[in-house]
Amino acid sequence: MQRSFFAKNPSVLVFLALLAIFTLVVTVLSEGFGMGFISTSFIKTLGKTLCLCLIAVAMDLIWGFTGILSLGHFAFFGLGGYMIGMWLMYERTRLIVVESLSQAEIPPTSAEVVDAIGNQIFGVVGSSEFPLVWAFADSLFLQLALVVLVPGILALVFGWLAFRSRVTGVYLSILTQAMTLALALYLFQNDSGLRGNNGLSGLQNLPGVTASQDQVSLWFLWASAFALGVGYMIAAWVVSGKFGSVIRGIRDNEARVRFLGYSVETYKLAVFTLTACLAAIAGALYYPQAGIINPAEIAPIASIYLAVWVAIGGRGRLYGAVIGAAFVSLLSTWFTGGQAPDISLGFYTIKWVDWWLVLLGLSFVLVTLFAPKGMGGLVDLWTDRRVPNRHGADLGPDDGALREKEASE
Amino acid sequence: MNFLKSTLAGSMVFATLATSALSAEDTIKVGVLHSLSGTMAISETTLKDTMLMLIDQQNAKGGLLGKQLEAVVVDPASDWPLFAEKARELLTVHDVDVIFGNWTSVSRKSVLPVIEELNGLLFYPVQYEGEESSKNVFYTGAAPNQQAIPATDYFLDELGVEKFALLGTDYVYPRTTNNILESYLKGKGIADDDIFVNYTPFGHSDWSKIVADVVALGADGKKVGVISTINGDANIGFYKELAAAGVSADDIPVVAFSVGEEELAGLDTSNLVGHLAAWNYFQSAESDANAEFIETWKAAMGDERVTNDPMEAHFIGFNMWVNAATEAGSTEVDAVRDAMYGQEYSNLTGGTAVMLPNHHLAKPVLIGEIQADGQFDIISQTEEVPGDAWTDFLPESAVLKSDWKDLGCGMYNTETKTCVQTLSNY
Amino acid sequence: MRHLLIAIIATLLSCTGAFAQEGAIQPVLQNHQAAIVKSSRKTIAPAIDAIASSGVPQAQQVLEVWAAKNMWMRKSDGVFFIAEKAEDKTYRLTDFDTGQTIDGVLKADLKQIKPNSGIRAMIGTALVRFQLMDADKDKRQDALTSIERDPEAAHLAPLRASIDAEPDAGLKAQKQRLERLLTIGYDEDTQARVDAILEMSGDLGVDVRATLNPLMTTTRAVSAGDVPQGLNIAQVLVPGKEDFDTEAAYELLVKENLAAPRLSSGEMRAILAEHIDGGSIAGVPVAQMNTLENRSKAYASLAAEGKVPPLVTDETIQAALATHVFYDVYSEPSAEVTDAAQKALNDISVNVGMNQALDLTLDALSLASIYFLAAIGLAITFGVMGVINMAHGEFIMMGAYTGYVVQQIIPDHTISIIVAIPLAFAVTFAAGVAMERLVIRWLYNRPLETLLATFGISIALQQLAKNIFGTQARPLTAPGWLDGAWVINDVVSISYIRIAIFILAFIFLGVFLFIMKRTRLGLETRAVTQNPRMASSMGINKDKVNMLTFGLGSGIAGIAGVAIGLFAKVTSELGSDYIVQSFMTVVVGGVGNIWGTLAGATMIGFLQKGIEWLNPSNTLAAQTYMIIFIIIFIQFRPRGIVALKGRAAGD
Repeated sequence: MQRSFFAKNPSVLVFLALLAIFTLVVTVLSEGFGMGFISTSFIKTLGKTLCLCLIAVAMDLIWGFTGILSLGHFAFFGLGGYMIGMWLMYERTRLIVVESLSQAEIPPTSAEVVDAIGNQIFGVVGSSEFPLVWAFADSLFLQLALVVLVPGILALVFGWLAFRSRVTGVYLSILTQAMTLALALYLFQNDSGLRGNNGLSGLQNLPGVTASQDQVSLWFLWASAFALGVGYMIAAWVVSGKFGSVIRGIRDNEARVRFLGYSVETYKLAVFTLTACLAAIAGALYYPQAGIINPAEIAPIASIYLAVWVAIGGRGRLYGAVIGAAFVSLLSTWFTGGQAPDISLGFYTIKWVDWWLVLLGLSFVLVTLFAPKGMGGLVDLWTDRRVPNRHGADLGPDDGALREKEASE
Repeated sequence: MNFLKSTLAGSMVFATLATSALSAEDTIKVGVLHSLSGTMAISETTLKDTMLMLIDQQNAKGGLLGKQLEAVVVDPASDWPLFAEKARELLTVHDVDVIFGNWTSVSRKSVLPVIEELNGLLFYPVQYEGEESSKNVFYTGAAPNQQAIPATDYFLDELGVEKFALLGTDYVYPRTTNNILESYLKGKGIADDDIFVNYTPFGHSDWSKIVADVVALGADGKKVGVISTINGDANIGFYKELAAAGVSADDIPVVAFSVGEEELAGLDTSNLVGHLAAWNYFQSAESDANAEFIETWKAAMGDERVTNDPMEAHFIGFNMWVNAATEAGSTEVDAVRDAMYGQEYSNLTGGTAVMLPNHHLAKPVLIGEIQADGQFDIISQTEEVPGDAWTDFLPESAVLKSDWKDLGCGMYNTETKTCVQTLSNY
Repeated sequence: MRHLLIAIIATLLSCTGAFAQEGAIQPVLQNHQAAIVKSSRKTIAPAIDAIASSGVPQAQQVLEVWAAKNMWMRKSDGVFFIAEKAEDKTYRLTDFDTGQTIDGVLKADLKQIKPNSGIRAMIGTALVRFQLMDADKDKRQDALTSIERDPEAAHLAPLRASIDAEPDAGLKAQKQRLERLLTIGYDEDTQARVDAILEMSGDLGVDVRATLNPLMTTTRAVSAGDVPQGLNIAQVLVPGKEDFDTEAAYELLVKENLAAPRLSSGEMRAILAEHIDGGSIAGVPVAQMNTLENRSKAYASLAAEGKVPPLVTDETIQAALATHVFYDVYSEPSAEVTDAAQKALNDISVNVGMNQALDLTLDALSLASIYFLAAIGLAITFGVMGVINMAHGEFIMMGAYTGYVVQQIIPDHTISIIVAIPLAFAVTFAAGVAMERLVIRWLYNRPLETLLATFGISIALQQLAKNIFGTQARPLTAPGWLDGAWVINDVVSISYIRIAIFILAFIFLGVFLFIMKRTRLGLETRAVTQNPRMASSMGINKDKVNMLTFGLGSGIAGIAGVAIGLFAKVTSELGSDYIVQSFMTVVVGGVGNIWGTLAGATMIGFLQKGIEWLNPSNTLAAQTYMIIFIIIFIQFRPRGIVALKGRAAGD
């Protein structure tokens, strides 16, 4: 089974090998390892990029393979971050509080410890009570479980409602966008109990860990690389078997698949929930590297950018999603970071800080119009694979299907 | 794909190495961490320009410690996590000696862990909600007791306001400030029922119901006043609705903590004459230093540009840092910090700002009435008020005190006489 | 030297003036110089009183000049003048008493006296007696406004005296109304007050409630034994019933020093810490003090030893409460007045409640019309053509910026709006047509990709706007005749600009219906939408129809932009604020039907205002719950409120 999986999907093996080499090279060149060629801040950027690649894989699974354009996956990503962030904040504060209270003449009661933690965490936003959502924050194990459970259950309930009432296509996209917006607005409120607009901060400091950030950033890089590798394998495994054929069928013609006797809703729901969990894991690894999570991260625009990455990378192929996410987000960092040199036209100087978004927007239109296969399409030219010549006809029923190449995978 | 990524990574690394090799040790680097794009760009770009102007001026005077100053400008793009990343980059890749930056509270909270870990030095120029003290941050903007409390006193004493509407945008600064004010007002004998609180989202535009609610507060026969911590664009809709409802400043005065000269530029102020704002600085302040500052600013940036409070904060902060470094004979963070305490520098409104051991300034509080030309008429100016990191009007923080000079602690519990924590609470 | 000379002369003049002229005001001012310069409401009262009661004819002028911030002080000798700015940036001073002027005084030698609005109100009050009978109608109006703002018992008599002689009908009515209100508050005759209350009951004015409510103020009091006699008692309270819990009752007792305070856990801890004795407290080791039980036990032992006051238990609290009586007492001594006022307020509150509901309805209608206006263009492009245009919000923004640019060129607000509306339509129509030709027509069969491509255009346009106009909000000012509000009464009012938007929304509904039902283009659009191939075979140019329809939808978005910019703000993010709501309006209402969009906008508007009314302190929550409601609503009516049936429904 294992053998045949890799044999059937040689690209997975190539991908994993490249990922391993990349991680190794970066590790050796890092400050934490001693070489110091790559700064810690850039290690963090790379680690975060790997997490973004993972959520892009999830997005590809739901959009590229199942045909559901979800504009809500960053909500799951953010929720994952919030769940791990709660434990990180609680535990870090607990250590400080216990240390501080132990200096007092009388040992604290456990209620006093909890009160003091609450005061520290919520004093900033003008409250001191622990809201109900923090009930499990003292336990790493439970909170880790919640990383998967909360987004998973949200996706399950939302998906069940939406798919059951046969909301499809564009409507579903708008509905998922509304869900993201509602969640972001909810978290923006102070009353939500997650510190409103400030969100959870100081997440880069792991409680009880004295190692420097140079080290910690490497650990997270490894964890992110590992998660991406595993996530990629899961995604590749899902799309390679019969399950994969069914979801592709749903993408190309939902009604036909239903007439063939498959429970379309169940398949969609399974993929939707699985990808939500993948997104949440990516988020849980991303935010300790970013250091802070707040509702702005969940804004609907983030999820649309995710779709942009996948589209530019090339949907319907997993490595395309990874290429897109890595390429666009790194390029974005480079352009907005002010590192890109200004171009002087004599009468006007193009500052990339100002013009990068215009460029991104337009290139996006161009990709949609002229290169629907995205950057992944370049791989086809490179490998020069032989495919059955259908004289350019589409496989699917719609003009827009354009999925001939996938048939050979 | 990975090949591509590693080449990209590699090229970026070498690019950074190359730049750092070029700028050799003969300059002192000053980091400027203000958003140049995104939602906060409008406010923060002005501060970046201010910093560049101040650094140029200092270089023209011969630099610092015999070396020229070099500004390292990065763009955190109004993206809060990016602030942490850029701060790390400034401190480790560019090796800056000091950072001037940030506007929003959340961006400051994002940066705090990084500068505390790497022992950096940050000058933060904006009015904020307090309840924080970091060894590595000098807060040159106003703490609540330097803006909100005096403005509320002005309402109580000078305008005779008996009923308060606290309107704010839903984020940490208004939340905490309103909390402090609620507690303060109750201490002054204002009943619970006489305090109306409302929070609106960023960029809110539909103000009709809220303005109607505020007008309806007058039914008790008590004088109503509005304390507004509404942020940014949302003010425009709010003031337009106020004007449409015919609410005059004499009936229901509005004092704003986030509306300055820059914000008024987007408004026709003829209907708002008489409403108030509280700051530590107004462009209309009459002093020679201010006239000179405005002149240099307009010469550098154009005649239509205005000056505002956070710019003055950077002006004071930067000059204090220069003097402290000169005194310490080095730009090393710990030495400069020690030299900062007690630093004095004349502020632009004609007094002297003093740096206190709690990393806050003693500054005068000004209250201005909006005029038809978009400027403020200063109608009240207090003596210098020392900034207080931990407000005295909330029970949890009343017992806390910040003193980095003698106690070496930013969160010292005066009741138990212990230091709660030496890192800041982010 | 010259200044010094002038100063000396001026001083001499003023001194001689003071002695020579009977009734000079300057000495009065000089007496209170410090208070006037300090300009604080707390210390200014004697100065104002002195001026007002000086009996000098200039007193009124001085007060008026002072309130208008035109009184200046010469720094050299502290004499007050009226100052006017001359052309050469110097000031011309006028003496209050002699009317003599001094030209060419530099600003540095002067200090402007800036009374704050609290002091200005006091000056206004002091001026009332001069102004009530003034020949100038505006000044009489000022006097009435001052009385309205700060009613005083002293105003009642002069006000009554001035009513008969009032020539202006409007002012007379106002004076009569004020006289009634002052009677309620300050007349010495109880019956007159009750009569006035009865007369005004049912009146919706805020001023009536503002007069009646202070009569109803109560203070909560407690006394041992029975309720004391001779007080105007509002109600007797029973601890633990209604809003008055035992906790609050006991706190009141503590506050009145009738009972010992309860210990908070922090205080208990502090007391215990004081009694640490060799590593233990009352025999209990300190290390065990980490539970509340052990602490209470240790405290009880300490109390038994008499070292600390005994713990206040629930039993002692109950016992203390049982021996006291709690009541609210009116500060107004007359029960007749308070009864009448209570009854009048009850009548008013029913009336106010109904009017508030009406006001809320107006607000909701206004919000609905704004959503409708923002969504109507989308109803065409998305609803009729099925094209997802994420850049719709940016078309709204372009419209608003067009309005701004026009206003820069044409300063007259009325003309500029008249020019801006068609121009905004033209600009966004052109942009829409360009976008349809260049991008959308290649993607008609790939709706999801249309969504993404138009999103790309959206972020590019938004950034372009930032690059061109900057991120700061730009002013788009409504013409003067749209300023202000239509005030039905003190509770119900709506601003003219919102009424204008409401009307505009209805005009567009009409235009839309007319185009779709009565014109060739509408017919062709419907034909192309329903069956493009058949339409083509009937000789309809499909491309042209699509292009024009899309242009029309975009153009309407542009006009909506001008309207939205007028009432809110013009920023590059204007569009993205409305895009999600607009889509939801269309989807909730039902795609492909303008009535559905109208129903959707109405529902969302009313829903949002309804939730805001339930939770007035948090507008953000209202938006959140509204979106959640919409998500759930769509689950049960996936095709919206007005669902198309049969073939028109598509699949």
